[in-house]
Amino acid sequence: MNRIDQKFKENKKLLSIYFSAGYPNLNDTIPILNSLQASGVDMVEIGLPFSDPLADGPTIQKSSTKALQNGMTTETLFNQLENIRGHINIPLVLMGYFNPIMQYGIEKFCKRCQATGIDGLIIPDLPVDVYHKEYKDLFVQYNLYNMFLITPQTPDSRIHYIDEVSNGFIYMVSSSSVTGAKSTIGDIQMDYFNRISEMNLKTPTIVGFGISNKETYNASIIHSKGVIIGSAFIKFLEEKGVQKIDDFIKSIRS
Amino acid sequence: MNYNVDEKGYYGDFGGAFIPEMLYPNVTELKENYLKISSEPEFKKEFDDLLKSYVGRPTPLYFAKRLSEKYKTKIYLKREDLCHTGAHKVNNTIGQILLAKRLGKNRIIAETGAGQHGVATATVCALMGIECIVYMGEHDIKRQAPNVARMKMLGAEVRSAQSGSKTLKDATNEAIRDWINNPVNTHYIIGSVVGPHPYPDMVARFQSIISQEIKWQLQELEGRDYPDHLIACVGGGSNAAGLYYHYLNDKRVNIIAVEAAGKGVNSGKSAATSALGKEGVIHGSKTLLMQTPDGQITEPYSISAGLDYPGVGPMHAHLYRSKRAEFFSIADQEAMDWGLTLSQMEGIIPAIETAHAFAILDTRKFGLDEVIVFNCSGRGDKDLDTYINYFKL
Repeated sequence: MNRIDQKFKENKKLLSIYFSAGYPNLNDTIPILNSLQASGVDMVEIGLPFSDPLADGPTIQKSSTKALQNGMTTETLFNQLENIRGHINIPLVLMGYFNPIMQYGIEKFCKRCQATGIDGLIIPDLPVDVYHKEYKDLFVQYNLYNMFLITPQTPDSRIHYIDEVSNGFIYMVSSSSVTGAKSTIGDIQMDYFNRISEMNLKTPTIVGFGISNKETYNASIIHSKGVIIGSAFIKFLEEKGVQKIDDFIKSIRS
Repeated sequence: MNYNVDEKGYYGDFGGAFIPEMLYPNVTELKENYLKISSEPEFKKEFDDLLKSYVGRPTPLYFAKRLSEKYKTKIYLKREDLCHTGAHKVNNTIGQILLAKRLGKNRIIAETGAGQHGVATATVCALMGIECIVYMGEHDIKRQAPNVARMKMLGAEVRSAQSGSKTLKDATNEAIRDWINNPVNTHYIIGSVVGPHPYPDMVARFQSIISQEIKWQLQELEGRDYPDHLIACVGGGSNAAGLYYHYLNDKRVNIIAVEAAGKGVNSGKSAATSALGKEGVIHGSKTLLMQTPDGQITEPYSISAGLDYPGVGPMHAHLYRSKRAEFFSIADQEAMDWGLTLSQMEGIIPAIETAHAFAILDTRKFGLDEVIVFNCSGRGDKDLDTYINYFKL
């Protein structure tokens, strides 16, 4: 069974953390993963840095740029992750834009993911219909899950389509914004989470974008299986460093 | 072979809409409405009236006598440089602002590199009394101060794009992010035939007034409604798309595209996308683009700010791959020299972008008395500083 499915079967709310591979330093990938697992994080999205991350706000733009300056490449990341499954058991998802994956070679990329023990991918600029038509068979062949985003503006019919094509989880974007926007989880978000929850989708949902602290975490898990935190974690890394990761996780969920 | 967009939004292998889900509603709303709205008689009338009374269309098709004598061929210039605001860009912004109004949008965003599209957008927003925000790379704001001032005079807010290389591609990223953050009330006026479907087709259609006029103008001047060659410079490719549009499937017409070689195609400082680019995805479109082997988008270079885009519109990528068009690249120096040549032989000071197209006359041979139409896409006022520094005028 895919590690993502296994994790979502557990009777608990999930905390998932995103970070940009190669940030703050090129070789921080493994130490960060070790700390996250030790702190009880349920799943990790490892960001493959891209020069033009158009769904990301300033924090992830900056960490991506820095990671590229540090010399991070797709090949380097795979090399760093080579023996990861010796000591990391939580699900790992690679999150990256489509162009670097295309240039690496899509099949080669999938193959390498499988060999490394990557459980799934999130590719924000690969639309669900293109994936469904052109790449789904390849992903299935290499036992890789592909996760999609929905937003408050996504029409119901499309949510049902995404649910049908999805496996793993659906990434519920909390509000219409790029990543890292300063936001609260208010009535509008709660109504939206509730609306999705009442659609009884076959795929579980987790909330991302704008989750930055205990308060937004607690509000978001009422109508979902869990949350993803990205920008707030990267800001923490920038200010406090890799050694203090446990403090951050405890501040969200203790 | 079809050279127009197909029903799925592709030009051959290129195009499509590779967009984050957050943009899906905005782009879908446009896709479902742009053809319907722009073919309504009332829309067409308003568009045509503004092109005539505000932009100054039709623009002349001018027979360049001295150039023709020198190169022993018949050279015509489509005078888009005479459009209001100084370039063809305004044809598209007029079309898109009318569309935005009918979609009920009350806020306009745009990206700009050299500032021509920003000025053209700020102009139509002033005309319609609609809020306008133009994203411009921090470096370009410094390099193009007069156009920044023009946008401000026209009432637009110019926002500095601080990310990445701080130029056109980053300004485009910022505009896309703004659209993600403002999905309901905002229309994004893209300035070239780039971006996710339907933008390349929509912008090409609004620019197609150029070749539509050439058809009847050539009929009057030459007794036939088609030329032997069409020649335009290509950055993203909007002036070229407008020039080619009605002749894309007319095989009697040879199509020539001229890119910026910068300091030389292999110098590492170039914007010759067809020669240096590989298939990839930029700003929501699958096309040819300049990138590292790892798929990071690289920064192009040209002395002309309007040509230094790392990609090319999907229509042009298809014209290149299918060999429907001949592609050339012209270096900074040749383009600058032609800025001077055109000024002194025809009394027309061209934009540096436009000058690239003319430099083809020294590169490629043309037959005796063949009819050639150049798109004289913009005037050189905005480039005076560059000309002054280059030629020590």
